[in-house]
Amino acid sequence: MIDLGPHAVFIIAAYSGVTLVVAALIGWTLLDARRIAGKTTALEARGIRRRSAK
Amino acid sequence: MTITAAPKPNLWTRLAHPGQFVALTRTWLWPLTIITVAVFGIGLWFALFNSPQDYQMGDTVRIMYIHVPTAWLSQFVYGVMTVSALGTLVWRHPMADVSMKAAAPLGAAFTALALFTGSLWGRPTWGTFWEWDGRMTSTLVLLLIYLGIVALWRAFDEPLRAARVVAVFTLVGAINIPIVKFSVDWWSTLHQPASVFTTSGPHMPPSILTPLLVMAIAFTLLFLTLHLKAMHTEIARRRLMALERQAAQAGAAA
Repeated sequence: MIDLGPHAVFIIAAYSGVTLVVAALIGWTLLDARRIAGKTTALEARGIRRRSAK
Repeated sequence: MTITAAPKPNLWTRLAHPGQFVALTRTWLWPLTIITVAVFGIGLWFALFNSPQDYQMGDTVRIMYIHVPTAWLSQFVYGVMTVSALGTLVWRHPMADVSMKAAAPLGAAFTALALFTGSLWGRPTWGTFWEWDGRMTSTLVLLLIYLGIVALWRAFDEPLRAARVVAVFTLVGAINIPIVKFSVDWWSTLHQPASVFTTSGPHMPPSILTPLLVMAIAFTLLFLTLHLKAMHTEIARRRLMALERQAAQAGAAA
């Protein structure tokens, strides 16, 4: 890493904050998708189908 | 006219069917993800290892490489939502409100990041984390509008009923975008005027412009990837709601 100068703490805080929020966005997007897929699979396992699929 | 002679629906019409939309765009997710990671890698290398200090800001210019892209995105995402709102109200395209709903939390996050990184840049540069000037205040208003839109979606049980109300709210809130953009020209603001997209071209050297533009492309690709995935999830969520309704009806009939 290059020397970030006298205000390094602000630079590190900014990049850390962005990394955390982006990681949370990605995690939430994937978890949400997984949760919905899991609930759908559970319902389909009970034999529930869309009317168009019957 | 026979079934074999019937005109083939165009791409826009095929994308209107949720199942077709997911089937057509599912294959885009992994390539988009790989390209996003690669561009972020290049952008971060430029931003942290291969760009000079600014002659005035010193190393704090490196905060610009994440602040400016997130600020641009905060407006770009609202632009996507505005076009989607028009798609909902004017063309009644079925994917338009899915796009609106998926984009809102992402736009809110990028706006919050723009304010956060801007504050961290402002403290060493201007001596203050915050001022109630035109740009910062209008961006805060933009964040509140985004959060209001997210809350409005959640206020309705039925997404299709929410869609038209949220679309109208989104179009009304769109007036804030030119205010954010032109605030630095209209008012005497602490925030500096535009230095990239000006009538006389960018006012910064290539060594600073390159990491800025690469990071902007990286963040835009990130939004597009997450937006597409979130749209797929929203379509799956509505299908799940239909299944749950059927299960409830089947349970009531039994």
